[in-house]
Amino acid sequence: MAERTQKQKATPSRTEEEVEAAPAVVGGSDKLKAELDDLLDEIDDVLETNAEDFVKSYVQKGGQ
Amino acid sequence: MAIPKVCGIETEYGIFVRGPVSESASNPVSASSLLINAYLAANLRKVGWDFEDEHPGSDARGFSVDDLLEPEIETHLVNAVLTNGARYYVDHAHPEISTPECRTAREALVFDRAAEEIVWASMQAANALLPAGAEVLCHKNNSDGKGNSYGCHENYLVARDVPFGRIVHQITPHFVTRQIVVGAGKVGCELPGVSTAEVPFQISQRADFFEEEVGLETTLKRPIINTRDEPHCDASKYRRLHVIVGDANMSETATLVKLGATSILLAMIEDDVVGDDWTLANPVAAIRHVSHDPTLQRLVTLRNGRRVTALEIQWGLLELALKYERSHGLEPVGHDVGREVLALWEGILTGLESNPESVAHQVDWVAKRRVVQAYAARHDAQAGDARLKALDLQYHDLRRDKCLARRVGLDVLTTEAEVLDAMTNPPLTTRAYFRGRCLAKWPDEIVAANWDSMVFDIGREPLRRVPMMEPLRGTAESVARLIDESDTPAELLARLGS
Repeated sequence: MAERTQKQKATPSRTEEEVEAAPAVVGGSDKLKAELDDLLDEIDDVLETNAEDFVKSYVQKGGQ
Repeated sequence: MAIPKVCGIETEYGIFVRGPVSESASNPVSASSLLINAYLAANLRKVGWDFEDEHPGSDARGFSVDDLLEPEIETHLVNAVLTNGARYYVDHAHPEISTPECRTAREALVFDRAAEEIVWASMQAANALLPAGAEVLCHKNNSDGKGNSYGCHENYLVARDVPFGRIVHQITPHFVTRQIVVGAGKVGCELPGVSTAEVPFQISQRADFFEEEVGLETTLKRPIINTRDEPHCDASKYRRLHVIVGDANMSETATLVKLGATSILLAMIEDDVVGDDWTLANPVAAIRHVSHDPTLQRLVTLRNGRRVTALEIQWGLLELALKYERSHGLEPVGHDVGREVLALWEGILTGLESNPESVAHQVDWVAKRRVVQAYAARHDAQAGDARLKALDLQYHDLRRDKCLARRVGLDVLTTEAEVLDAMTNPPLTTRAYFRGRCLAKWPDEIVAANWDSMVFDIGREPLRRVPMMEPLRGTAESVARLIDESDTPAELLARLGS
């Protein structure tokens, strides 16, 4: 832990930035959630239609 | 004194064929051959690989088991050298690309991306040869979820005079814990006796497959430190550290930091500034322990008795690296690339510590886990649901219309132009330049090529072998004009000899 405590002391600017950014993060998390929803919609389209068969047939030879 | 960290990546891609094809055509060795031959036929003439100097049985600990282990490479299989200086071949029933030797981690990232594009181009060329409705699929991953693993290996040039034992002791803590930064993530667990219910998601693709701390094997009883001593260059001066413990990354940031941080630490070990503060009591147990805990809270035991998290070890190693930058500079890894890697490494550790989701644009396992968890919540999928494993596999799918990694918002650090260029042109900064340029200019006169030599047919006996024992000779700076100005290999060789 000593190293980490030292680390955080050495870079106070990082902590300050996080504090300042805090209000924006609330709005940001809604945006992130909306993006994630869009991504999930896209994944529903892209995911193999028969996931179970796909996973079952995915067999590889061991390599290095 | 640390030496330049010449580096490269070799990736075995997962492969399978589906659709109306015969059993023999869907066999992975045939499929791999089809894939590579289709690419070669569409793109260039084939120059064979020369095996004279391959000694995969030589052990860095000072003995050779050549008598016990046949060379693993099957010479009758497809094996080609590309004009970008890379090698493209069938290995252990997988298509594999070894990037050319690169001077920096940044260059190696570009050539790793170019390798992905080459495989993608190969898939399209191969599909055109298959019956309608059949297709070949390739994945840049390291396991099939059923206990079969295949590698993404890194190679680093290391000074021969550094005691191998020091390398083993001092790099192992990084190899055990760097996965929290560069792990590719995996749905489920393949460690015998551990169920997916117990480990629904883990950090690394590969951790389940490591059984030894140090050893020569690569296909069974895999060791965290591989001792293959096959430098492919002047063995009196250099080693090639062959790293088999990593995951294949889809995140460009991860590839850059994986190669860059390891390069920096190896330079530090050469300059003997690392010490043994982070030596682990039991690395094999620790690598799984860390992988199986995406909360990053678990403690591992150091040899000095302290109990610490993987994150603390990574912070400790980063601190040493930042100190090294101040005391020694980063020339061995390229100053600017080294600075970029340290900043990315620090940013990722900071993010992992406060809010792992904040690094979902950089860290593969975080990006994958975020999607898997969100999908599971939306569809009420429980641990063990095939759809979650399908998400895992498709994260690494090289079909653009199916690849999830391309959709999750990962940072892109390369440009399309440089990746496209790297598919056919070699790096300017290593002997790969000489190899690639000669192959492009005189494909008919090159009988064979290898990492450390090329054999030319100059139209009269005997064949001429050009040794390339120095990885940093044969760069654009030293040979571009000679190659440009020579009309024939005979002329080039005469000028090289003078």
